[in-house]
Amino acid sequence: MLRFENVSFRYAEDDFSMMEHLNFQVEDGEFATIIGASGCGKSTIFRLINGLEKLQQGRILVDERPVQELKNYSAFMPQKDLLFPWRTIEKNICLPMELAKTPKAEQEAKCKEVLEQVGLLAYAKKYPKDLSGGMKQRVAFARTLLSGADLLLLDEPFSALDYLTRVDMQEWLLHQWEHYHKTILFITHDVEEAVFLSKTIFIIQDRPFSKMERVEVPLPYPRNREDLKRPEIVELKEQLIEKLRRSVSL
Amino acid sequence: MRKHLPALLLAAALLVLWQIIAGIIDAAYILPSPTQICVRLWELREPLFLVHLPATMSVTGLGLLISIVLGVLLAVAMDWNPHIERALYPVIVASQTIPTTAIAPLFILWFGYSIWSKVLVTILITFFPIAITVFDGFKATKREMEELLLTYGASKREVFFKLKLPTALPNFFSAIKMAIPMSVIGAAIAEWLGAQEGLGYFSKRMMTQLDGAGVFAPVVLLSVAAMIAVGIVTVLEYKCIHWRKEI
Repeated sequence: MLRFENVSFRYAEDDFSMMEHLNFQVEDGEFATIIGASGCGKSTIFRLINGLEKLQQGRILVDERPVQELKNYSAFMPQKDLLFPWRTIEKNICLPMELAKTPKAEQEAKCKEVLEQVGLLAYAKKYPKDLSGGMKQRVAFARTLLSGADLLLLDEPFSALDYLTRVDMQEWLLHQWEHYHKTILFITHDVEEAVFLSKTIFIIQDRPFSKMERVEVPLPYPRNREDLKRPEIVELKEQLIEKLRRSVSL
Repeated sequence: MRKHLPALLLAAALLVLWQIIAGIIDAAYILPSPTQICVRLWELREPLFLVHLPATMSVTGLGLLISIVLGVLLAVAMDWNPHIERALYPVIVASQTIPTTAIAPLFILWFGYSIWSKVLVTILITFFPIAITVFDGFKATKREMEELLLTYGASKREVFFKLKLPTALPNFFSAIKMAIPMSVIGAAIAEWLGAQEGLGYFSKRMMTQLDGAGVFAPVVLLSVAAMIAVGIVTVLEYKCIHWRKEI
């Protein structure tokens, strides 16, 4: 689905590279998470995929085609909900379709369907100020879904939420992923979140990084929070935390 | 009403104080009392309301309208292209260093006593706050929101209409509210310097007759007109951008 081939990148204002000759790939329909310390370059990977930063070296392929040749191949969901306060919930959700010039009737039908799926149909005519933090993130996810892309890039989408809402949202996200069969690349620095959600975890340990260690989470789907108490999962979490701590102290 | 109570009480106290001081001075040509001004306003109601108020409001309205169009166009142009911003911004700022009262007679030489000499003064005074405040509104657009739109494939034009324009709306309303009193002042100054009708002209005429209350009457009328206009814009603002605090 997504493949990085020899990707190197350096911000113009920095005197060091963010990544050098990076290679990794994410399979179709996979839920993969990238973890690493703050400032290690996790978000740069997303910015390169969605074209916000210009590729300097190497290739990024989606479905075996370079991203420069593609349109609407990925949808980005940032940490903040970034809902437009002057638009109603349904108008916010329709934004990517509006930009893609989707016919009005189709926009309305898809919007209604996705709002029903995320449990917010009753809020279609409300404004973002009328919603709680968790609800806003659900709307932001619905908007991401309606971009029509099969690759979803979720950059710490729950980090601004309180613990209980975050836990609810993680379970909700897994449910949505199973329903929509999208490929999700997720960024977090919360190890427990990464383990609970992902099939695959990529760990960034160095800077500049040329590889990300790939760890498979030995848990089948559907999952529940009780699974996190299994001895092999507890051990995996400890190992991941230890690796991240080592990378921070580097 | 309750929140306006302190302001109303202060205004009432100042009026009472004014009335007392005017009574002590007892020279209406120097300081007329508020009651004398009200009486004069009533006596002069026909020329004030039927001739001079419409004349001044025409200057104010026309000047403000042209200023809004000009100011917003300049703001859009400066936001659209950094080269235009670098070229225009200093010129716009420099235009504000021109003393309006000094240049207004020149406008009268150019346009005579027609409405345009006065409209030009009004424009010169009001286009600056509109252009700069609206431009600042465009600049206040959140970068993350702009990037989000770009990831959806939005063009520069779509980013402008779907994001920058709504983001700048609160600034636009603030600019109008600032510009209204300034446009009234501009029109009055221009009429004061050379006109055949208008509240500024009328006030000057009353001064030559040493009619203190007659000088104040059109000034009161100007203030009330400006306050009503600002009030209307505030109501419109509340209706249009109820989401203002969410930005």
